[in-house]
Amino acid sequence: MKGIITVVLKQDILDPQGRAVMSSLQGLGFGEVQDVRIGKSIEIELDGLSVDEADSRLRRMCESILVNPVIEDYQIEIVED
Amino acid sequence: MRCAVIVFPGSNCDSDLYKAINEFDGVEVEYVWYTTKTLDGFELILLPGGFAYGDYLRAGALAARAPVLKALTQAVDQGVRVIGICNGFQVLTECGLLPGALQRNSGLHFICDTPPIEVVQVQSVFSSRYQLGELIRLPIAHGEGNYTCDELTLRHLQAENRIVFRYASGNNPNGSLDNIAGILNPRGNVLGMMPHPERAMADWMGTSDGRRLFESVLNLYPETADAA
Repeated sequence: MKGIITVVLKQDILDPQGRAVMSSLQGLGFGEVQDVRIGKSIEIELDGLSVDEADSRLRRMCESILVNPVIEDYQIEIVED
Repeated sequence: MRCAVIVFPGSNCDSDLYKAINEFDGVEVEYVWYTTKTLDGFELILLPGGFAYGDYLRAGALAARAPVLKALTQAVDQGVRVIGICNGFQVLTECGLLPGALQRNSGLHFICDTPPIEVVQVQSVFSSRYQLGELIRLPIAHGEGNYTCDELTLRHLQAENRIVFRYASGNNPNGSLDNIAGILNPRGNVLGMMPHPERAMADWMGTSDGRRLFESVLNLYPETADAA
């Protein structure tokens, strides 16, 4: 199975990259764009775990290193083979 | 006084820092590799600037989990003085020895400049040789120096007099909260700062305003300081 972790900046943290991309999008005529937030996706291949176990291990990985809770939020998705 | 400069893969200000410290009489300084398990005997530990582990994942994130960090945390608990400069400051926030985080500069650019910096705390062991409110010039060179923390943390930093350096009013280069350029831990033995005092050691470098930081923390020439 595969764990997909999506990391984004917290809502109240300014995202200067997102802001720059928003302004480019608006410059290209996409006037409907109201906000852009840029994050990252981390895909982790796992072996020998149940879905519940995988969820709990991935959460610990996020808390140990993958996410900085001061500025980032995360979501975990588990995809079974 | 025995000092350690911790070297991570990707550190690039380690030799600047070594040379800055080494020029003072009576000070011993050693490079210490990031895999070291003990820092016993060191009285000052320095985390240099650079791009430890290529800044992968987040600046300082992987270095903050390197083997030496366990020994560093023990040393901090024992009251040993620690300075993290630039990438070293990022490592200190990532490992939790200092609060908050350093995010991308608000203007997105990597900035090399020598902005005016105000010394706003002169009771710390790192800043005792400065005058309160003095404007000094120290080089900065970073892409992620935009200090941020939650409101409660900021109130603690302010109330406990733990902000040592601020970018001078009107000269905030990176969007840093409350113009913060350098902060202390609650006990006052850990300093993290984005500006580079080790690059400001002599007039020929453009500024010698970094010297007094090292003179403060190394407690050099105390008679002169008392007289002043």
